[in-house]
Amino acid sequence: MTIIKNTGGFVPRDRNWQPAALTPQYKTSVKRSPQAALLSFPTTLSEETNPVFGHNMLGDLDNDLIHNYAASGESAIGPRIIVHGRVLDEMGRPVPGALLEFWQANAGGRYRHKKESYLAPLDPNFGGCGRTITGEDGSYEFRTIQPGPYPWPNGMNDWRPAHIHFSVFGHGFAQRLITQMYFEGDPHIWLCPIVDTIDDKAAVESLIAPLDMHRTVPMDSRAYKFDIVLRGRRQTFFENRVEGM
Amino acid sequence: MVQKLDEYLKESPSQTAGPYVHIGCTPKFTGIDIYGEDLGASMKTGPVKGQEIMIKGTVFDGTGTPLRDAMIEIWQPDGEGLFNSANETRGQADPNFTGWGRSPGDMNTGEFTFDTVKPGTVPFPDGRMQAPHVTFWVVARGINIGLHTRMYFEDEADANAADPILTRIEHQNRVPTLLAKKEADGVYRFDIRLQGEGETIFFDI
Ligand SMILES: [Fe+3]
Repeated sequence: MTIIKNTGGFVPRDRNWQPAALTPQYKTSVKRSPQAALLSFPTTLSEETNPVFGHNMLGDLDNDLIHNYAASGESAIGPRIIVHGRVLDEMGRPVPGALLEFWQANAGGRYRHKKESYLAPLDPNFGGCGRTITGEDGSYEFRTIQPGPYPWPNGMNDWRPAHIHFSVFGHGFAQRLITQMYFEGDPHIWLCPIVDTIDDKAAVESLIAPLDMHRTVPMDSRAYKFDIVLRGRRQTFFENRVEGM
Repeated sequence: MVQKLDEYLKESPSQTAGPYVHIGCTPKFTGIDIYGEDLGASMKTGPVKGQEIMIKGTVFDGTGTPLRDAMIEIWQPDGEGLFNSANETRGQADPNFTGWGRSPGDMNTGEFTFDTVKPGTVPFPDGRMQAPHVTFWVVARGINIGLHTRMYFEDEADANAADPILTRIEHQNRVPTLLAKKEADGVYRFDIRLQGEGETIFFDI
């Protein structure tokens, strides 16, 4: 008898789809990129397991960046948006229970961080981070303000497109991922050296969230839809062999 | 033409964690107190089984400069080799040990510290036992996709000599880059070099 289980190893990363380590247009990568080839081996339990994060650790406002740092009765300044989508794996299966952490600049493009030097003002009611856990169907949503683009020291005149950073935990440490969401129609996307670390145009486009009028709340918030795909896990055939054959 | 394998999706491309990863992942460390304690700041929720150890280290770039804007995560089994994970089917892990740690490093020196336990052993897919190890994941500004590596223990020479992964590394002179050095009783140092002489072996897992 043959049994099929979803307990095989993770499908290898497509390293041509993912950014290379050394991308000289993004200058900081030059001295922070390993030069030797990566060591490949099949995933083991160390990579196929993952810490579990329960919904009970979440606070009521963790997924509301408009209010989670604001003084009572106040809210963050900027275009109000809902970001929603699903976390799936490469097989198209939903990933429930995935922890998403997100961080971003305020509407003026300024981060709340001591190393930040952009002269755009801080918003006293905006912290810039939030988190949530996906539901049974892999879906998630949070509320925030649309971040502004900002300049950064790389070339003489480089600007980041408006973006939201995402950190994702799926079901195996092999799926661990940090990425960024961009906004449909932003001309800075195609000028950005960090976006340009990704070679494949279709791969870049998979990080651009479209405006989603279906989820827009009239007179309140516009919506953007951003799906995230984590590495897939293969199915294994277990053949029950008679001992000693 | 053939039929398309179009039900498969492509993994979302990685983008650098950038200089402000700590706002999102260790906000309290940056002074943004929304959630309370930062996730992964503590790996123990009560008395733990096994040998308690401290892991210390620094991440260096290709010029030998310590990174002070990295985020380091570790993942490991408990003292008996069981993971505190929904996918663990071999038994019940120590409920007071999460197995997962996250460190923003020291604000001034970049040195990371994990207060953990010495991991037990875990089998390779073919059933052979692997040497005790801790899985590391490093992200930072300038790192386009998170770097996976493993820390083994220099004082586990016999287990290391039989480990299915350590023994298949072509350049055996690089194996020491994966070995934590014992600094004192229960204190291990594991420095990570991103590039250049002594470049740590990173894994495509
Ligand atoms: Fe950013």
